Amino acid sequence: MSGLRITIDPVACEAYGYCSEILPEAISLDEWGYPMIDDRPLPAELVALAKRAVRDCPRRAITLRKTRIG
Amino acid sequence: MTQSANPAPPRADVHHLLGHPSDLRGHVETHGPLNVALSRDSSWRESLASSLEASGLTGRGGGGFPAAAKVALARSAGSGGTVIVNAMEGEPASDKDKLLLTRAPHLVLDGAQYLAALCRADRIVVCVPTGRDAIAAAVTNAIGERVAHGYARASEEVVRPPDRFIAGEESALTNWLESGRSLPVFRADKGTPLRLGRRPVLLHNTETLAHVALIARHGPGPFRSRGMTEEPGTCLVTISGSVAHPGVVEVDRGTPLSSIAARANPVEPVQGLLVGGYGGTWVGPDHFETPYASLSLRTIGAAAGVGVIVALGQTCCGVAESARVARYLADQGAGQCGPCAYGLPAIADDLALLARGQANGNILAQLQRRLRAVNGRGACRHPDGAVSMVQSALVVFAADIAAHSRGEPCPYSRRPTVLAFPRPIGL
Amino acid sequence: MNSTYLWYSTRTSGIVALILLTVTMVLGLATTGRARARGWPGFAQQELHRRISMMAVVFLAIHVITSVLDTYVHIGWFAVVVPFASPYSRFWVGLGAIALDLMLAVFVSSLLRARLKPGTWRGIHWLAYGSWPIALAHTYGLGTDSREHWVIMLGAVCVLSVGLALIWRLNSTSKRRGMLPSTVPDAVLVSRRYEREHEGRSA
Repeated sequence: MSGLRITIDPVACEAYGYCSEILPEAISLDEWGYPMIDDRPLPAELVALAKRAVRDCPRRAITLRKTRIG
Repeated sequence: MTQSANPAPPRADVHHLLGHPSDLRGHVETHGPLNVALSRDSSWRESLASSLEASGLTGRGGGGFPAAAKVALARSAGSGGTVIVNAMEGEPASDKDKLLLTRAPHLVLDGAQYLAALCRADRIVVCVPTGRDAIAAAVTNAIGERVAHGYARASEEVVRPPDRFIAGEESALTNWLESGRSLPVFRADKGTPLRLGRRPVLLHNTETLAHVALIARHGPGPFRSRGMTEEPGTCLVTISGSVAHPGVVEVDRGTPLSSIAARANPVEPVQGLLVGGYGGTWVGPDHFETPYASLSLRTIGAAAGVGVIVALGQTCCGVAESARVARYLADQGAGQCGPCAYGLPAIADDLALLARGQANGNILAQLQRRLRAVNGRGACRHPDGAVSMVQSALVVFAADIAAHSRGEPCPYSRRPTVLAFPRPIGL
Repeated sequence: MNSTYLWYSTRTSGIVALILLTVTMVLGLATTGRARARGWPGFAQQELHRRISMMAVVFLAIHVITSVLDTYVHIGWFAVVVPFASPYSRFWVGLGAIALDLMLAVFVSSLLRARLKPGTWRGIHWLAYGSWPIALAHTYGLGTDSREHWVIMLGAVCVLSVGLALIWRLNSTSKRRGMLPSTVPDAVLVSRRYEREHEGRSA
């Protein structure tokens, strides 16, 4: 596990959907096009894609944060 | 509609909020002067902080967070901040803040003064929504009295944010003070203290501050002697719905729900109690004896919330009333977050179809899916409240829901609502 | 270097830069208007927009460098970035300088995007909307090739494509995915989403 988790700022998000295209393993879209994140910690092999998703979001709505230990 | 249901005359050594004089002179005669220490007296501050902690006072504005912890957080954020008195009371079914501000404004303002001294804040801002001019006038009047007598230390003023449900949300209120926009702010880490610019902010509900004023003067003892050990003190509850005498009562924390509701004299047997506000939880007859306290309520999936209990009588339709509440909540969102802005109206639509008996077979599955999708995905907890209300309605009114979903709405589904709304809600 | 080669390079790279800028504009409008080509993920569309804009910058650089190096007419580095400072065809070259400045602002801000507030980056990006018509005016105002039929046709196609894309984009805000909320909130609440979706409808 990478110790990172995906956080979406719901105010900034405008349902472009790029994040779910890049990282469908962890992000799916609800019926209105907004991202739903899997609550599980991000596996290490998906971190690179997650960083790509962070970079590509047109509204900077998605970020990676360190999970708090304990 | 608003009346105090406290019959006995108040005793000085018993902790209570209602029944105090509302003018400054009477207030000082009853409680003594505002004994706020000079800024350099740190032992006074520590003593007040430990009184608050020892009292076990929790926020009465919906969060239920320990007041002492919130104060400690604000203290650690520095001096020169602002104490915000949240008198927004956006909940249509709630009248307690209204009552406190018109009957005991000095208690509330004193509470704010104590906390301002504790946190070295230099100003107090009382937020009363636009349109509620009588309340604003009462507070302004009280402030005028205090200024005339040189009574208060930190400056006190009244401001008028917009009269919307969401405007009373903590971050929305702070945001409005800062930028004029009444919109909740996303905080990834909810533990970060609120700020106005760089200065810290201590935001508390009206009632919480009134309790603070009494605890600061008399110590934690009288407060702790009421209520439960795990959850001490009293609280104000507004009772409404299918009752003969709706109004605000002061009860000990831990009083069974049914006893509280009984004080407003329900007109018929009650089929459900909506506890905690329109974004709260429906409670069924099996759990009517649950004590009104956070821990006990949590075991049945409910919370004390903003001190509201709505009693729904037998000849009302739980589905229709829940549909109206859902529609109200959907209309009252800020519109910033997709899942809430689209999800709540969709959920309200589903419930409206159910209420009218026009639903198809899939509607319950669709509703459940939407509730799960919307929960927790907004910047604030507005959608979570709506979800909790609807999910509990599905449980408490299960038999009715089943009938409605078969296209057989109950005979009461068309009767006028017993709930309070600022504007009529169509179904 | 032979002045003629420089001269032709300037004109060619200028035309190519204009075409690439036009394509960038159309793609940009399509992306924000949520157009979806079949089989193409949205993030790839955005990436295409970015890459074509970078190609436009490259051809713009060639255009600028060759025009300064060419001593047949004197333009000078200063006039490349400072508008209306060129002794040769002051006005039209000046327009080119303005277009270049705007494009440079967009380019640099995009490189530094991570460090800027989202609002700042977006505001600067809006300048791009200004650079395209100014670049177009610069191309046709200078007059070097603008009497050629194919060049005129090219200009017409550019204008048409951006025009259509713009109309489509303005229209598409009302067809956003999802249900529209059932009420419009009070005017006192300013929400970006509502501002865009209810353009023209009074709150």
